[in-house]
Amino acid sequence: MKHIISMLMENESGALSRVSGLFSARGYNIHALTVAPTEDETLSRLTLVTSGTEQEIEQIVKHLNRLIDVVKVLDLTEGAHIERELMLIKVAATGDMREEYKRLADIFRADIIDVTSTTYTIQMVGDSNKLDAFINILDSGLILETVRSGTMGILRGEKCLQLS
Amino acid sequence: MEMTGAQTLVHFLQDEGVEHIWGYPGGAVLPIYDALDTDATTLNHILVRHEQAAVHAADGYARSTGKPGVVLVTSGPGATNAVTGIATAYMDSIPMVCITGQVPTGLIGLDAFQEIDTVGITRPIVKHNFLVKDVNDLADTLKKAFYLATTGRPGPVVVDIPKDVQNAKSNYVYPQEVDIRSYLPVTKGHSGQIKKAVEMMLSAKRPILYTGGGVILGDASEELTTLTRKLGFPINQTLMGLGAFPASDPQALGMLGMHGTYEANLAMHHSDVIIAIGARFDDRVTGNLEKFCPDAKIIHVDIDPASISKNVIVDIPIVGPVKQVLTEMIQVLDNTKQEKDEAALADWWKQIEEWRATNCLRYDTTGSKIKPQAAMQAVWKSTNGDAYVSSDVGQHQMYAAQYYPFDKPRRWINSGGLGTMGFGLPAAMGVQMAHPDATSICVTGEGSIQMNIQELSTCLQYGLPVKIICLNNGFLGMVRQWQEFFYERRYSMSYMESLPDFVKLAESYGHVGVRIEDPKTMQTQLDEVFSDKYKDRLVFVDILTDQQENVYPMIPAGAGLNEMILV
Ligand SMILES: Cc1ncc(C[n+]2csc(CCOP(=O)(O)OP(=O)(O)O)c2C)c(N)n1
Ligand SMILES: [Mg+2]
Repeated sequence: MKHIISMLMENESGALSRVSGLFSARGYNIHALTVAPTEDETLSRLTLVTSGTEQEIEQIVKHLNRLIDVVKVLDLTEGAHIERELMLIKVAATGDMREEYKRLADIFRADIIDVTSTTYTIQMVGDSNKLDAFINILDSGLILETVRSGTMGILRGEKCLQLS
Repeated sequence: MEMTGAQTLVHFLQDEGVEHIWGYPGGAVLPIYDALDTDATTLNHILVRHEQAAVHAADGYARSTGKPGVVLVTSGPGATNAVTGIATAYMDSIPMVCITGQVPTGLIGLDAFQEIDTVGITRPIVKHNFLVKDVNDLADTLKKAFYLATTGRPGPVVVDIPKDVQNAKSNYVYPQEVDIRSYLPVTKGHSGQIKKAVEMMLSAKRPILYTGGGVILGDASEELTTLTRKLGFPINQTLMGLGAFPASDPQALGMLGMHGTYEANLAMHHSDVIIAIGARFDDRVTGNLEKFCPDAKIIHVDIDPASISKNVIVDIPIVGPVKQVLTEMIQVLDNTKQEKDEAALADWWKQIEEWRATNCLRYDTTGSKIKPQAAMQAVWKSTNGDAYVSSDVGQHQMYAAQYYPFDKPRRWINSGGLGTMGFGLPAAMGVQMAHPDATSICVTGEGSIQMNIQELSTCLQYGLPVKIICLNNGFLGMVRQWQEFFYERRYSMSYMESLPDFVKLAESYGHVGVRIEDPKTMQTQLDEVFSDKYKDRLVFVDILTDQQENVYPMIPAGAGLNEMILV
């Protein structure tokens, strides 16, 4: 099953490679990974998407906790949460397709953020399934480039992943 | 006090109570070596002949004392030579701090002379590592390094110090406190779980204690012995756990696993409750996981949550320091009204005694060749079983584990996790430094000893009277054994040709060499080696043993614990 694991780690060079090194050394897979600083400049927030049996996920969380640079770990999938991913997709847009893309963008609540005489760049936010769905309805021959941020997530309600 | 980074390091180590530091100089640590010359008062530096040996020596010191081993090497090749030693310590959770020199910060990333990404190379084989970029962080970083190395599940920590940081000045104050917000080792096991565990133990019909290196690392031998005697249960020990409970006690079934005893492995296999303490269900212990202990419920005590339910799913996990958890278990046991199932236990012991009666460690004693097993037993006799025994890796390691039973913890020093040939001699040096008056033995083979033989020179320089027992079978015996069993006796590259004359070699290094070839004179020759005559001398004992001998019992890879090959 897919799990979204979110963590706070020391904002230090090398911290990221400890996390990614753990995954490669122990043969765990990473589907997506995103990391950026937080409002507390000593911490960065890393979210990764992985999959495995319950036992594997439990081991992953334990091993992440063992890393000295990792301050807090949470498996978001265990509770109610929101997940989002950002995608930028550049498509060949000529003739009828220019109108068609606008309609599709409306339906998916996406924005066209860059236009040339032959291309559109569309920006879209949603959970990964929604982004997949959008890609699937496009004619793959017309897709010039896709960039996805990787999933990030946050707990629903008042609960937070923060230092206690 | 205002001082350089190099001086800070020396002063810190002294303030931290470090007695010995094993190392080798080079360009990127020259300021530190200079500070050792000018500032060291209580700190003693030992110059080894190869950085790998520095790490193993510090490791042997750590294993035999429980104190952290400390190492100092230069950048580049100094650091890479240390890698095998660091990995060895990591796999066996040995407390260690390894200081590595680094090129000046301004040159990092430019492929400078002797630059290597030490933090990157060592990342997967350390508990943690640091690159110190500012001299003002040095003392705090060192304090963190020692704290991390020695608390929780211990392990090696590398501190990489660029040369300009060694030269830069700052105000040194010994940091009394350490704060790492992400690191809070567990200090107490869960009382509810401990109660449940004791209930499960007492209701067991076929219980077994399965204990490992964690008991020794956690200094919990005494508690383990008390608990085991109170319970009256059989106990087996892993290769890493030998000595934590006295081998001479009738409750001890010996070592389990690939070359464990028949009684230890069968008792484990047929048990209904396993009480695992500071052991990690390593594949050399469990054999084929699918066939592992089909009827057993498992209690697992370990300081490291990640060790629990890693290979085998556990019924009652208890995360905590072994010493504290065992102490609490003993209290619960003393206060409970629940009775043991004495009748079932009597049946269980009867069964175990039947297994024990197969006398699985017997071997042929009629031939004219020296049996390696007999050699280890003779060494045991000559030393009253009271020596520190550091081992290399191979058949001789297993013979030592099987035929030199230990009654005390921290006496058996071996590379169990990584299985590093070349570990034995430097480790025995570290042990000897820690215990100058004790007998420090290195049990080795003619293959392994040549992986760090240069340390004979270090032993002479520092007057370390290590006794080297080389079980010389002319083969990479453990490799030969597997080739005999699993590769139709094609002995590919396992014959050791062109061996040196070890007696002369020892003599040329300024030591004593003794050759033993005759089973009839072996005991008297060994008695002499361990007599006062050679109290202050290193003696290299080259024992020519039966080349065809194999280690038994053996569980072939992929088999279950009940599928042992006896003799
Ligand atoms: C550094 C290293 N290289 C290779 C091995 C694989 N290996 C394990 S045992 C062994 C043979 C050891 O030979 P020797 O030291 O003569 O001991 P014996 O088995 O003959 O007692 C080898 C090559 C190892 N454990 N470590
Ligand atoms: Mg050999």
